[in-house]
This record gives sequence, C-alpha cells and structure tokens, in this order.
Amino acid sequence: MSEKLALIVPEILLFITTCIVMITGQWPQRAVRQFTPWICGIGLIAAAGAATATPDAVGTLFPALIPYTKVIIAMVGLLLLLLLSGTVDRDIETDVDRGLKFNPINSNRGEFYAFFLFSLTGLMLTVSADDLIWMFLALELTSLPTYIMVTISTKEHKSREAGVKYFFLGALGAATFLYGFAMLYGATGTTNLAGIAQHFATNGISSIGMMGMLVALLGICFKIAAFPMHFYTPDVYQGAASPVSAMLAFVPKTAGFIAMILLLATVGWHAELGLPGEINALLWIIAAFTMTLGNALALIQRSVKRMLAYSSIAHSGYMMVGLIAGPGQSGDPFWRNGIAAVLFYLLCYGVMTTGVFAVLSAIEKRNGQEADDIDDIRGLCKSYPALGWVLVICTLSMLGFPPLLGFIGKFGLFSSGVSSGNIGLVVVLGINSAIAAWYYLGLIAAAYLDSPGDSVSTVTASPFVSRKIAGVISAGCVVLLLVFAQPLIEGARNAAALSPATPNAADHAPLAPDPRHDEDH
Amino acid sequence: MSMEVIQLGLLMDLPILAALLIAFVGKPKNAYKIALITSLITVLPMLGLLASFDWSHGDQYQFAWSLSWLPDLGLNLSIGVDSVAMLLIALSVLLGPIVVLASKRAIIENRKMYYAWLMVLQAAMVGVFASRDLLLFYIFFEFTLLPMFILIRVFGSTNRVAASMKFFLYTFTGSMMTLAGMVYVVYFVSTQTGVWTLDIATLTHHAGAMSLTEQTWVLAALLAGFAVKVPLFPFHTWLPLAHTEAPTAGSVILAGVLLKLGTYGIYRFAIPLAPNAFYEYAPAIAVLAIIGIIYAGLICWVQTDIKKLVAYSSVSHLGFCVLGLAALNVSGFSGSILYMLSHGLSTGGLFLMIGFMYERYHTRDMRQVAGLASKMPVWATFMVFFAMASVGLPGLNGFPSEVLCLISAFQSDAAWSAAGEPGAWGSTLGPWFAVFAGTGMVIAAMYLLYMVGKICFGPLVEPKDHGHHGDPIPKDLTAREITSLVPLTAGCLFFGLQPTILLDAIEKPVNATVNLVEHSVESMNASNEQTDFNIIAEGANP
Repeated sequence: MSEKLALIVPEILLFITTCIVMITGQWPQRAVRQFTPWICGIGLIAAAGAATATPDAVGTLFPALIPYTKVIIAMVGLLLLLLLSGTVDRDIETDVDRGLKFNPINSNRGEFYAFFLFSLTGLMLTVSADDLIWMFLALELTSLPTYIMVTISTKEHKSREAGVKYFFLGALGAATFLYGFAMLYGATGTTNLAGIAQHFATNGISSIGMMGMLVALLGICFKIAAFPMHFYTPDVYQGAASPVSAMLAFVPKTAGFIAMILLLATVGWHAELGLPGEINALLWIIAAFTMTLGNALALIQRSVKRMLAYSSIAHSGYMMVGLIAGPGQSGDPFWRNGIAAVLFYLLCYGVMTTGVFAVLSAIEKRNGQEADDIDDIRGLCKSYPALGWVLVICTLSMLGFPPLLGFIGKFGLFSSGVSSGNIGLVVVLGINSAIAAWYYLGLIAAAYLDSPGDSVSTVTASPFVSRKIAGVISAGCVVLLLVFAQPLIEGARNAAALSPATPNAADHAPLAPDPRHDEDH
Repeated sequence: MSMEVIQLGLLMDLPILAALLIAFVGKPKNAYKIALITSLITVLPMLGLLASFDWSHGDQYQFAWSLSWLPDLGLNLSIGVDSVAMLLIALSVLLGPIVVLASKRAIIENRKMYYAWLMVLQAAMVGVFASRDLLLFYIFFEFTLLPMFILIRVFGSTNRVAASMKFFLYTFTGSMMTLAGMVYVVYFVSTQTGVWTLDIATLTHHAGAMSLTEQTWVLAALLAGFAVKVPLFPFHTWLPLAHTEAPTAGSVILAGVLLKLGTYGIYRFAIPLAPNAFYEYAPAIAVLAIIGIIYAGLICWVQTDIKKLVAYSSVSHLGFCVLGLAALNVSGFSGSILYMLSHGLSTGGLFLMIGFMYERYHTRDMRQVAGLASKMPVWATFMVFFAMASVGLPGLNGFPSEVLCLISAFQSDAAWSAAGEPGAWGSTLGPWFAVFAGTGMVIAAMYLLYMVGKICFGPLVEPKDHGHHGDPIPKDLTAREITSLVPLTAGCLFFGLQPTILLDAIEKPVNATVNLVEHSVESMNASNEQTDFNIIAEGANP
C-alpha cells in the first residue's frame, strides 16, 4: 500500500492544492482571490518536484514511466495555467468593480481553477494506473471537469452547446471503453494490467479478450480525438474559450495516449510482427484516417480555432504511428522506440499548441468577442509583433519545419515507424505533413506577410499579460528546446523502456486461441 | 578548431548575424548597406578557404568539424567540404553581393524583411553544401524553402501568392518522401553496423548492400524530393511560375543555387545511397531528362514573356545536368557538376538583365519592346553575351559542360565499355540518348537567338504608354548594375576558357563516386551470377 502511495505523491499534492484553491477562489477579499492562480502554480511545481523523486513502479509494464510523464504534465500544466488564469474571473471582477458585492454563491471563480487541477490530477493518475478500474476512474476524472470548464468558460450560448455536446459524446466514449474493459476482465479474470498481460502471455489472446481490447481502444479514441470518435472536436474547441481549448488539446489527449500505451502493453509488440494482427489493422486504419481527415478538413476552415481543432485530430493520427511502432526490445534506443517518440511528441505538441492558442487568447475583438477568424490575425506581426512572432514560430513548429521542436518530434515518429517496418504508414504521415503545410502556411502568411488591413480596427490586445507570457514561453521553448532537447529525449527513452520482465503475448505464438478455451469461462 | 573551420563557420554565421542586425536593430534605409557589406565581407573567408583547400585530395572532407547535438537521434553538427561542395559554396557566396546589388532599386518597401531573409537564405545555402550529417543536410535543405517562400510571396509580381504556395508545397511534399527514404537508409545501415549514424560517409559506404528492391524504393523516395527541386520533367510545373513571379534576386538565387540542390542531392545522395537502383533506372531517368530538354525548349520557343522563356530554358538546361548524372561515368559526372556551377552564372545573368529591363519599361513582353540596342547599347551587349553563354557558344561557360554531358551519354554505351574507355564501364545510355539531347542545343539556339534578335535589334519599339506615368526616360545601365554583372561575365569567360582547372579540381570526388557505383554494380552482378550458378547447380543435382 505504501509503495503505491509513494507513486502518487504528486497527485496527492495536487489534490490538496485543489481543496485550497476551491476555498481561496471564493474568498471575500479580492487580494486572496487573486492569489488563487499562484497557489495553483505552487501546487504544480510541488507536484513536478515530487514526480522527479518517484521511485520505479515495480511490477508494472513501464516501470519508469511516471517521473518523466508527470514532470512534462506539470510543466505544460503551468503553461496552461498562465493561459487559463483570468478566464472566468474577468466577468466577476468587472462586476465587483462596478460596485456589486462579491457573492460566492453566484461565482464559479474558485471551481474553475479547482476543475483544472482535478483534470490534471486525473491525468497524472492515468499515468500511475496499473489497474483497469483505476484507469477508468482516472480517465473520467480527467474528462469530467473539462465538460464543466467548457461550459462555464464564456457566457455565450455556444459554450453551453459545446459543453453539452462534449458531455454526451464523452459519456458515449466512456461507456464504450468501459464496455471494453468489462470484456477484458471477462476474458482474463483480472483487472490488473500486469495480470492481464500475464494471462495473455500464457493463454494467448482469446477472441473475447481481443474484442474487449478493440472496443476499449475505440472508446479511448474519443479522448485523443481520433477517427471515428473525433466529431465533437471542432465544435467544442470553437465553443470553449481559447485557453480552455488549449487545455482540451493537451490534457485529455495525453490521458488517452497514456491509457492506450498501457493497454497495448498488455498484448505487447512482437519483435517482428508488431501488435497482434487485428489490433494493428484497427490502429493502422484509425491512424491513416485520422491524419487524412483532420488535415483535409482543416484545409477548408476559416475559423482558426476550428482549424486548430482539425489539426489536433491530425496530430493524434501522427502520434498513433508511434503506438503502432511500439517500444521495440528492452534497451532499444530512442529512434526505434515509438512509445518514447509519442511521449516526446506529446510534450512538443503541448508546447506548440499552447503557444498558438495563447496568441488567440491574448487578442480579442473590440466588442469583447474572441478572435477566431483568420482575418483577425492578419498582419499580427505588425500590429502586435511579439504575439505575431509567437504565432509564426509555433505554427512553423506544428508544420514540422526543420529545425524547430516539432520537426525533432516528428523525426522520432518517422524513425520509429520506419525501423518497425511500418513504411506505408510513414508515407501517409509524410503526405499528410505536406497537406498540413497548406493551412499552416496560410496562418503564417496571414500573420506575418499580409498587411493588417481592417483587423487593426477590430482586434485589440486582451488585458491579460499572463497569456502573452505563456505564448512567449511556448515560442521560446520551441526554439530553445532544440539546443537542450537531449535530456528530454533521454527522459522519454527511459520512461518508455518496457520492463524486461514483461510477459509478451505477441511473442507468444498462438494468436488464434482454442475456441473451447473461451467456453470454459 | 582550426582557422579554416572558423572561416567555414563564418560563411554561415556572418549572414545570420547580418539578418539579425537588419531585422532587430537597423533602420530600413540601412538594410541594403548592411546586406551589401556583409555579403562582400563573406567573400573574404570564402577566398581564404579556396586558397587553403587541398585540391589534390579533393575527394576527402576537409575543414571537418563535428559537435554532438542530439545523440539519441544520432544528429551531429558536423561540417566539412569536398571539392564539389567547396566550389558550390564558392558559387553561392559569390552570388550574394551580386543579388544584393541588383535589388537596390527593385525593392523599395519592406526592405528590412527582404534583406534579412536574403541573408538567411545565403547562410542556409552554404549550410546545405557544408553538411556532413544527413539530417543536418536535410534541415538546411528544407530551411531554404522558407526564405524563398517569403521572397516570392511578398516581393513577387502579380500572381505571387499562388506561385509561392505552389513552390513551397511542391517541394515540401517531395522532401517529406526524401526524409522517409533517408531514414530508411539510416535504419538499414544501423542493422548492418549496429550503430545508428547519420554520417554521410559511413552511410554511403554501407548503403550499397541494400537489395535492389529496397534501393529502388529508396531511390524513388529520394528522387521525389530532388527531382522536384531540379526540376525534372514532369515535376517542373512549379518552376516557371515561381521564376516568373519571383523578384530578380529571387530568380537569380533560384536558378543559381537552389535548383542545384536537386542535382547535388542526386549526385551526393541518390546515386551513392542507391547505386544499383540508379544504374538500373538510369535510362528511364535519362529519358525524362531528354523529354525535359526538348519539351521545355519547345515551350520557350513560343513564349512572349521573356522571364518565362528564361525560366523554361532552366528546365531544359537542367535536363543536360541530369543526363550527365544518368550516364554514370566520369565525363558525365564532371560535365554535370560543371553545369551546376556554370548554369547559375549565365542564367543568373539573363535574369539580372531582364530585371534591369523591367525596372525601366515595366514590361517583360517581347511584343512591346524591340531594338533596345540603339537605346541601351551596354545593356544589349551584356544581354547578347549572356544569351550566347546560355546557348553554349564555344569559349563561354555553357559549352564545355553541355558537350561533356552529351559525350558522356555516347560513352555510356556497351560498345565503349568494351573498348575499356576509363570510366565508361557502364552501359546505361547510348548514342540515341545523345542524339536526342543534342537537338536541345539546337532548339536553345533558336529560341535564345530569336529572343535576343527581337528585343535587341531591329527598329526601336517601346511600350506605348511608356513615359505617360511620369517615368524617367530609360537610361543605360548604371555603374552599380554593371558592377553586379562583371563578376558573372568574368565567371562565364573563365569557365569557358579554362574548364580544365575546374575539371581537375573535381576529378577525385567524381572518380570516387564512379568507382563506388561500379563496385556496387559489379558486386551485385557477381552475386546474381553466383545465385544463377547455384540454381543451375541445384537443378543439376536434385
């Protein structure tokens, strides 16, 4: 028990912070209220510190996964915090400025921060998950707060619509993977992931176990916004306030990918054949469709947030290449380890996408509405040079333009895909990167090369300095991490090292189980 | 770090510094001066390098330096040059001041942006040739797209947005495939040697062990990027548009250096990394090159837009370059590399001349101007000179390289290999290839002479509305413009009269590459014969 507790110290710290934040956010004195984001930040830093000291999780499939992943979660979390702080406070504090008394009953000021931290807690718990039930609860803890955050992020109807849509489709997704989990339990008689792996390795993968795995993976596709569970993405991203959209692009996606990694590890990657045939085929199709659909639909968007939503779908498709490639043999280097590539790319993607959303949040139309149309960012480099350059650098990085961070991340996916023999998929990835260049270039050209035109009169800087800082930090990371990427890549490689003791079902020859074996259960 | 390595680094660092200075410190009116001074200063370390380069060991990487960057990806910052790369670097650096000089009057708005990106482009071009690391090469290779995209998109003429997009997307798509192919080679070599390395020399040493099927796919992937860049028919459609819309300096750099990245890529990577596949498919590649030569030449003949005419002539000329590479022998490679160096001078010169004319008349339409020799004799002299150089007049730069490429196609025939001609071991092409390619020279003479005759000679015709908008009356070339043309002229003469100096300089690396292909093809043939023998032997003893 105490060993398990030692693994979740960061989550415990975050949970304590959440409780404090919920109270201070509603405090009658404004000074205390305004200190709330700082408390969140302290909590996140403490969690990151605690995560570095986490011991290896003995007996799990990826023993060293926790420290690296939780640290990057906390770091991107800090960036997101800079972006999120002030989102709902603004209306309430404006009311107070107008002389209304602050009424904690009518305010959701504290909850907003609390839900953010809850969601991050859930994300970290997903990383620590060694059990199906734990994983389900953690995934839900990640998602449930985001439904509310979407809804309360603005006072407009579109946010409520987005929230409801997100909630119902999210419930569908959750039901789907819970169903899969149930089948996995039925097939193996245990909910422990290592136990499931052991069972698959000794008895082969029964057809119900395979079914359960496929259904669970499909359900989790909702979290990572992958085909065919991606339909909510553009509407929700557009309906939510830009900072919340940035969070949606990173937090549930990371949770989904970690869950997929842990689930796939139970069936294992065969040294030559990769994942078991059915799972490989499913993920292959999902990956190819996700990239292509995401990029093709992003091409025709005028709304920048919708474009980013579709690009978020496409990036999920890219990362699935790493999932299919798998971690290789224990001790394999970074370029072979697809899981390491995914972990590293999650960091890259989190930083880049936060940067772009930070720019969108840091400007607004003069009537107080969010900047969203591509015309709103036209000539941004002239009207607001810092923001404009952040947008240009982060978008170039998302495009995978060498030598920026996104390129290094994508190179990991390329090399793991090629060295695991999935060359067809790598070609699809390459073609998609080229398609994506079209709309990313449009964004870059609008911000940097076009003259401001009308947007000067319609767009103005929003009053939050922290969002600008978040953007500048993101762009700085995209450039500076190039020089200092080595420790991060090394961290990802260590984190994604499969435990040498892992029983590998895929190596176990009989993939087609004895039918009678199932009836016995 | 030796003195020479620092000089090589300066070739990249100085333009970057200048770009930062222009973008963040300088005033718009100083941008031109900073760019000009920097590009002139950059010539000094380049001359130093040319002097200290050991030409008798041109096949070895010299001024080598390496710094580990991302060990987990195998990425090193490793630079160094062999004689081919050294000469191409010299060409890129020399074009620097010329394009800056030529831009003074053409670029009036957004000068900071223009000169800053021009300097960045300058640094990236040197980086491409100086890389000894495959991924570093790729990074620089791709990076050249961005400055060029901006130069076309912001400073081009009417249709610039479409042209820049087409340019970027076409080349970017191709080079994603190139990246996949390169990664595959690296992976293959790592399975052979147990080490994940991006060092180009190591990769070329081991890549020949790939099976023919693997090599074919690798070749296809690499060519996807490089053939678009060259551009080889039928991937050439982006080039006329990009050339026509780009500002003069952009066209000069595009023709002078960026197109060579494609042929250089084929020479440096496609051939050594997939030697057997290249040997196998050389006739097909040569056919594409010849179609390009003839087809683009015929298109030139019917153009009325002079800039478009020169743009298509680039497609046609680069066909010779690829033909020489496809011949896979010493004269072919030498001719091709010579062509890479010399084509930039003459075509770059033509683009400059057209730019100067456009600044005066605001038209590039052949039907609106004629007989300019009487109005601008100096301009007309240079125009005729560069046109002749482009046609391939003996004594000027086009001639030796074109002739070498054609001869190589002849030599690359079974009859010649049997005769034991040095370097003519292969039998990829033959006389028919040379005959058809040779018609390209005739066509080139037709369209270029027709164009020159039309606009330089005959009765004077100027655009009808010319002078109505308060334009100053056109004067002949200014001292600044002549200064920018003199180095090109000198280069054309030098290349035409003393090609042997250059041929000697590149002899070693060319021989090494030919030997590599020869060795690889022979060992594959030998192993095939072995297999055949085994099959026969097994058939005999069931």
